[in-house]
Amino acid sequence: MGIERHLNDTVHVTNLEWFVNWARKSSMWPLGFGLACCALEMIATFVSRYDLSRFGMEVARPSPRHADLMIVSGTASKKMLPAILRIYEQMAEPRWVIAMGACACTGGIYKNYAVVQGIDRWLPVDVYIPGCPPRPEALLDGILQLHAKVMKEQSIHNPRVTNIKVAGR
Amino acid sequence: MPEQVSLKDSSRSETIELNLGPHHPSTHGVFRAVVQLDGEMVVDIVPHLGYLHRGYEKTCENKTYHNVIPLAERCDYMGASSNSLCYCLTVEKMLDVEVPERAQVIRVIMAELSRIFSHLFWLGTHGHDVGAMTPLFYMLREREEIMNLFELTAGGRLMPNYLRIGGLIRDLEEGFVERVRAFTGHFDRRVDEYETLLTKNAIYMDRTKGIGILPLEDAIALGASGPMVRGSGLAWDIRKSEPYSGYEQYQFDVPVETGCDIYSRYLVRVAEMRQSNRILKQAVDKLPEGPIRASQPGVIFPPQEEIYTKMESLIHHFMLVVEGVKPPAGEYYQVIESPRGEMGCYIVSDGGAKPYRLKWRAPAFVNLETLARMAKGFFFADLIAILSSIDIVLAEVDR
Amino acid sequence: MNQEQIAEKLLDKFGLDVVQTAVTFLDQITVTVAKEKILEVCTFLKEDPELAFNFLSFVAGVDRYPKTPRFEMVYQLSSLTRRHRFRIKALVEESEPGSAIIDSVFSIWPTADWHERETAEMFGITFRNHPDPRKLLLPEEWTCHPLRKDFSLYGTDEDTPDLPHKAGSQGI
Repeated sequence: MGIERHLNDTVHVTNLEWFVNWARKSSMWPLGFGLACCALEMIATFVSRYDLSRFGMEVARPSPRHADLMIVSGTASKKMLPAILRIYEQMAEPRWVIAMGACACTGGIYKNYAVVQGIDRWLPVDVYIPGCPPRPEALLDGILQLHAKVMKEQSIHNPRVTNIKVAGR
Repeated sequence: MPEQVSLKDSSRSETIELNLGPHHPSTHGVFRAVVQLDGEMVVDIVPHLGYLHRGYEKTCENKTYHNVIPLAERCDYMGASSNSLCYCLTVEKMLDVEVPERAQVIRVIMAELSRIFSHLFWLGTHGHDVGAMTPLFYMLREREEIMNLFELTAGGRLMPNYLRIGGLIRDLEEGFVERVRAFTGHFDRRVDEYETLLTKNAIYMDRTKGIGILPLEDAIALGASGPMVRGSGLAWDIRKSEPYSGYEQYQFDVPVETGCDIYSRYLVRVAEMRQSNRILKQAVDKLPEGPIRASQPGVIFPPQEEIYTKMESLIHHFMLVVEGVKPPAGEYYQVIESPRGEMGCYIVSDGGAKPYRLKWRAPAFVNLETLARMAKGFFFADLIAILSSIDIVLAEVDR
Repeated sequence: MNQEQIAEKLLDKFGLDVVQTAVTFLDQITVTVAKEKILEVCTFLKEDPELAFNFLSFVAGVDRYPKTPRFEMVYQLSSLTRRHRFRIKALVEESEPGSAIIDSVFSIWPTADWHERETAEMFGITFRNHPDPRKLLLPEEWTCHPLRKDFSLYGTDEDTPDLPHKAGSQGI
């Protein structure tokens, strides 16, 4: 393998924060969580042709306890919202959210009584991916954007707080 | 320290209640059910729906007739073109519009591609649900090919949004027919490949034969349609019994199995993919030349070239965009055979530019009613296989 | 049998008191029957060997607000043995809130179960003798009926809040 040959017996110095961020972004595990149409494109992204595992994401975890990335793939209806929030609360810190598709970003074409008009009303969204549904390439791009964002985080000095306990709930 | 209870006394005295979903990896979306279990046995199952209720029918009532098409496609996102076909047929009947021959053949091509597309995804996830991981990767390989075809001609991968009232949005892209030919040429061999994975697989047969029995009379009483009744022994296919879009001109068989179980439904769907491929081959061979949209000024959008060159066409286009098309007051119900069964669109018009009432007869919604009938008395693990054999799309169930 | 023959047969059997109107639109006829007799009419449609409507495609409501009677119940029938389709309707009046009541056809076609539950929550029509009159698609605590014409498409924060007002009222 390559990396052992390069490391040899030397001492390597790096920034701890950089290292933590690098470790986090390189093995980000998404929650296998499909809501609507966009979930099909998400599945297409996971399997052979687009192969999300190139980015350290080969395992979609069914349990929120094992996952640190929630891809809100599709329409969040008002009946589903309590369940989405419950699942989010169960995820371990640090956790990230990608709003995939027009519905998750803004409610999309469903501007009506039954649909939450954008999941960012209730969850702290890190990356928005527009499209109805977005192409797998768009999802890949969104994930890479998230990786870039994670690399800039002050994970030691100023860790992110992603608690969504809102007054009145 | 609690007193030790002997196993004999505590066993089998009560049932436990288990909640499944709405977020569960094997429920294909946001389906929720509360299951009564006696040990591993399913005693009762109560489905809870609505976790993807998006207000589809109410939204349609507030859109003009053309604006409903994208909404309809998102209703059953597996076989998107089937939905828009059903909707467009209904409105065309109400407007008394005759769709040109070429558009009809292209519609059949799109609808049959959608059917294969939907069945492929069903087969992949169904295999996954009974513990066979491999099929999914093979199915999605062919699915990508179909998505490429959609993308080539319509621009969208999952939702082509290609059909319009009175015809199609634009003519086929160059090279589309050749690529469909290439696809149909090798697809039969691909189906053989899938069958080597499952059809004679001992584990798969053990998991599916004799499981999830749905006798024909129950299927009819519960309103099931499509592969659900064809797997229970009734040769009922709306493409044959009430042909639309020129389906009477194609040679194809209606696959029927009499096992009434999951395995029968699997065989039916696999055979249907072969038949769809057969229809596709005939359709691309007979594809005639001609217009792709009906010519009915003031009702159907005029062709793009005419809008730039003719004053009347420009006015018609403008009026159709601003006011929309207005079918006469009345009500109409049109059915088609979607990948999941009888898909129907019932429109009540009051003569205005928006549907007064649109009822979507979603086959998945009705088919799901059979779940409790099929699952009682089987193991909990079988419940997952039975649920996946219904082939539900939650967007269509909840609308 | 074609649609005219079915409509005639219904009229012969039940007379003008029950079979009130028949509207023809293109090739489809919609027959309106008296609400009180809906069970009898449906039983006849199913049991008669020439009609044999053994398959119910859907049950749906239509809100004709502000006309009276306000609601129409639509029953779209199909026969898998005789290969014909037919549609009947019944008018349901709501003189005061909650008074729109019609008999459930669950006993004739079990598939009506979910269709009627959906219609009940969407229009606020009550189905007499329905075995399981719970909500189907909407959240439990909503009291509004979205498909009514006087309900706004967007809903309101009181009627259709994003989250239930009371914490923990939805047990997931």
